[in-house]
Amino acid sequence: MAAIAVFLIVEAVPALQANQGSFLGTLTWTPNNTEPSFGIAALAFGTLLSSLLALVMAVPVAVGVALFISHYAPRRLAGVLGYVIDLLAAVPSVIYGLWGVIFLVPLVQGPYEFIHEYLGFIPLFGGDSVGGHSIMTASIILAIMILPIIAAISREVFLQVPRMHEEAALALGATRWEVIKTAVLPFGRPGVISASMLGLGRAMGETIAVALIFPATFGISFQILAPEGNSIAANIANGFAEAGPIGRGALIASGLVLFIITLLVNTAARLIVARRKEFSGAAA
Amino acid sequence: MSQQIQVSSLDAYYGKHKAIEDISMTIEPQSITAFIGPSGCGKSTFLRTLNRMHEVIPGARVEGKVLLDGEDLYAADVEPVSVRRMIGMVFQRPNPFPTMSIYENVAAGLKLNGRYARSEMDDIVETSLKGSNLWNEVKDRLNKPGAGLSGGQQQRLCIARAIAVKPEVLLMDEPCSALDPISTLAIEDLMSELKNQFTIIIVTHNMQQAARVSDRTAFFNLAGQGQPGRVIEMDDTSRIFTNPSQKATEDYITGRFG
Repeated sequence: MAAIAVFLIVEAVPALQANQGSFLGTLTWTPNNTEPSFGIAALAFGTLLSSLLALVMAVPVAVGVALFISHYAPRRLAGVLGYVIDLLAAVPSVIYGLWGVIFLVPLVQGPYEFIHEYLGFIPLFGGDSVGGHSIMTASIILAIMILPIIAAISREVFLQVPRMHEEAALALGATRWEVIKTAVLPFGRPGVISASMLGLGRAMGETIAVALIFPATFGISFQILAPEGNSIAANIANGFAEAGPIGRGALIASGLVLFIITLLVNTAARLIVARRKEFSGAAA
Repeated sequence: MSQQIQVSSLDAYYGKHKAIEDISMTIEPQSITAFIGPSGCGKSTFLRTLNRMHEVIPGARVEGKVLLDGEDLYAADVEPVSVRRMIGMVFQRPNPFPTMSIYENVAAGLKLNGRYARSEMDDIVETSLKGSNLWNEVKDRLNKPGAGLSGGQQQRLCIARAIAVKPEVLLMDEPCSALDPISTLAIEDLMSELKNQFTIIIVTHNMQQAARVSDRTAFFNLAGQGQPGRVIEMDDTSRIFTNPSQKATEDYITGRFG
């Protein structure tokens, strides 16, 4: 970890010194010009927004799938479903990206226009125009990508709930759903949070799938249906081949920022889990 | 508050295996009934048929009747969930919910049963913890995790959780087998107090315990390896331990087998 951080810093510093704009504030990325100017804000924003949206879409579905497999499905069906989920988790991201561009982008055009027309007064769905190459589409693909990982880990966690805790709830007269609410979900909470963070990490670091979707614009806008958007990883993939020395350093600096964001997110998740540690059941 | 249980010709199965066969008995209200017998003879299985917990195991089923105050618990229109709300259960190993505080553990059953005002909930939690002789030990730390208590305290917390929903009957499946002698004594004293309000049925491997706390005792045994368990004899506890009518019972309680 430290070696990676040192490498990133050493490579990034010369570019940062040559930067004529503000690395945190500038909304352009022209490090290869004679007067290099680049800023991370738009990229970091796109990364965070698309990943968080993906998480919001994926976690409820993943937890539902995991609960279905662990507590509702008949044993044979559960085995098959579990296997399918594990397989989906192993599909390379470029496949999801290609599927997104060829299948999803044309498919969402209609619904987006519908939402834009009737719900356009909500800033989230507003903007001058809407299109498939947008933050929303990238988020949908990311959500589909991280769903199997979150579901697979959550299922394992839910299966770990001691039988005696479920029986305790049953003996109090709990229905199946109430058993899940009183015994299974609270017990599995730390595991689901960890699983979500793994998913979030994968979403933020995802490169090819989002590079294919994002139109590589530079701006900060919450209009998630508009044909705009970019992310740190997509920008690196798009720009690295043609970058000069300063351009490379700039891209590496953006990688450093991604690295820091990932660390911060993981630390936050650890704090959330640790806050209720004495209630985790680990002490019993 | 507490009601009579009548069981008639009850069989219980795990898949194709018949675990207990043809059990009939009457259990009087406001008394303690003990089930004794060697391991694997179906005492716990029978206990779990009384609140329909047997059937939560995949493949397990029950034939026969269990009447609580004249109503068949296995009638087609009876929900297992409502049976379990009338007949509480305490397990072999203390199993408070690890993610909940002491207070939340006691209130867990109430939350399933409906909405209570905060003050009402506080009252019931206090009464239940007093009822299980735990109040004085935990009243200053109700918001601490239930799993942080000692084994004996956890078991009394589980009893408090079970009685908080005001069941008619309390089933106890070897409630002291994981506890030290002092905690065991505390639970035995508690049972003698609770029998004024509840019908109590206890499965135990400790014959002194059965002799100390129970009013009636049923002796279970197997006819042989792989055969289903049966009730050999059921009588007043004093009679079972001094002058049993069956030879097998006498052999068991005098330690000649089992």
